[in-house]
Order: sequence, then C-alpha cells, then structure tokens
Amino acid sequence: MNTMRRTLLKGAGGAGIVGIAMAAGMLKPTAVYAAWNKAGFESKDLGSALGAIGGGDAAPSGDISVKAPDIAENGAVVPVEITSNIAGTESLAIIGEKNALPLIAVFNMMNGAEGYVSTRIKMGATSNVLAVVKAGGKTYKAHKEVKVTIGGCGG
Amino acid sequence: MAEPMKIRATLKGDVAEVKCLMNHVMETGLRKDAKTGTAVPAHHITNVTCTVGGRQVMDAQWGGGISKNPYLAIRVKGAKAGDKVVVTWIDNKGDSNTAEASVG
Repeated sequence: MNTMRRTLLKGAGGAGIVGIAMAAGMLKPTAVYAAWNKAGFESKDLGSALGAIGGGDAAPSGDISVKAPDIAENGAVVPVEITSNIAGTESLAIIGEKNALPLIAVFNMMNGAEGYVSTRIKMGATSNVLAVVKAGGKTYKAHKEVKVTIGGCGG
Repeated sequence: MAEPMKIRATLKGDVAEVKCLMNHVMETGLRKDAKTGTAVPAHHITNVTCTVGGRQVMDAQWGGGISKNPYLAIRVKGAKAGDKVVVTWIDNKGDSNTAEASVG
C-alpha cells in the first residue's frame, strides 16, 4: 500500500542549475596598482628600508644623477630630480637617509617611460637623498647631500 | 573629497613630459597636533599610476615622505601628439582621484 508514497518522492528531482562563475566578467582597470610595500614604508632605519626594496647590495653608479638643492631652507618641500642613464631602468626609489621613515617613494617605470622622475620630498634633517635604481636584475645607487635649515635662518 | 588635479603633457620630439600637481595633505602619521599633543593620523597617497595612449608607463608607491600637494614629472618615450595621458592616485583611506590630458 505505499506505491503512492513512491511517486511523490520521484517528483522532487534535480532542480539545481549551477551558476556560471562570473570571474571573467570583472571590469579590467586601465592601470594596475602595485601592492604597497608596507614593510619598506614603515621601516624606521635606513638598512631595513633598503632591504625591503631589495637594495641592500646596491652598487654606487655614476650613471644616476640626483639633483637636489645644496641647502633646503624648508625641509617640508625639497625638490628632487632623479635621472638614471642605466639601460633598462625598471624602478627608481627615493630615500631620505635620516628621515624618521626613510623610504619615500618607489617608481616602477615601463613601456617607454624613461629613468627620470621629478618630485618634492620632505626631509627631517640634513642628510643624503639616496636614489636606488633597479635595472636588469641589479641595483645601483647614488646620493646627494642636502643641508636642511628648518626655520629658514640659514644656519 | 579629493580636489581636482592639474596635469599637463608636452611633447619634445617623441618624448612626452608629463607634469602633474595633486592636492593632498600627505600626513605622515608622525606629526603631533600642536594644541592637543596627539599624533595626527597618517593620511597620504600610497599609489600613483600613469598611462599614456592606453599603455601603463608608471606605477609608483608613495609613503608620507612626499611633500604636501605632491608634484610629479616623468618622461615617456614613443608618445604621439594627441595621446591620452591619465594619472590616477589612491590614498591610505581609500580616496582616489584621476586627471586626464592629451599630449600636445
């Protein structure tokens, strides 16, 4: 006497249509942000900042020019221009050696961008502005000393 | 929200010089408020990108050591007059801004 029960159970059949993965439908941005180098930007000393950007064994190079004023009256705005004439320059990093947080910026260049960057940085004390350049799997560096006279008294 | 940026791209031969001025407080997180003595929280641009004629030419990471209202100039080879230049930044609070110009 349970044939009725059988037919009822059969009715509830596979209704599960699996949704198609939508991964391919994502909007592709025109430019991609690199992951922020947290370890580097939070380093409080020069050695660990250099290490975090892979510049610990950077070789001094005469093909990098660091243009900055000899004396900066205002350490909050120090114009800096870095030019790398090393072929295949992939990235340029700017470091303020005596800044509380030495690593200032890392620029990755690609698709025809020259090894050149000009910007304005903050400097906490008289020290070297260090440029670290990556090219062809090697790192190179150059520096320029900037005297910072906070308060503008010309000391 | 973010204020507008100034951007200009000038062509010299086949090299475009892209110059850009952004409006941002660039707070390092180390400065103390003169009145209260408490640290002003970090608020600075973390990433900047630039595309010229649809190809990405720069991808930069910044800390708080870049001056307030940042200035940036780069040079890009192989650019043509009329190429669209786009500079975009994003900060540690998720704010972002974009500016466009054409190479001329």
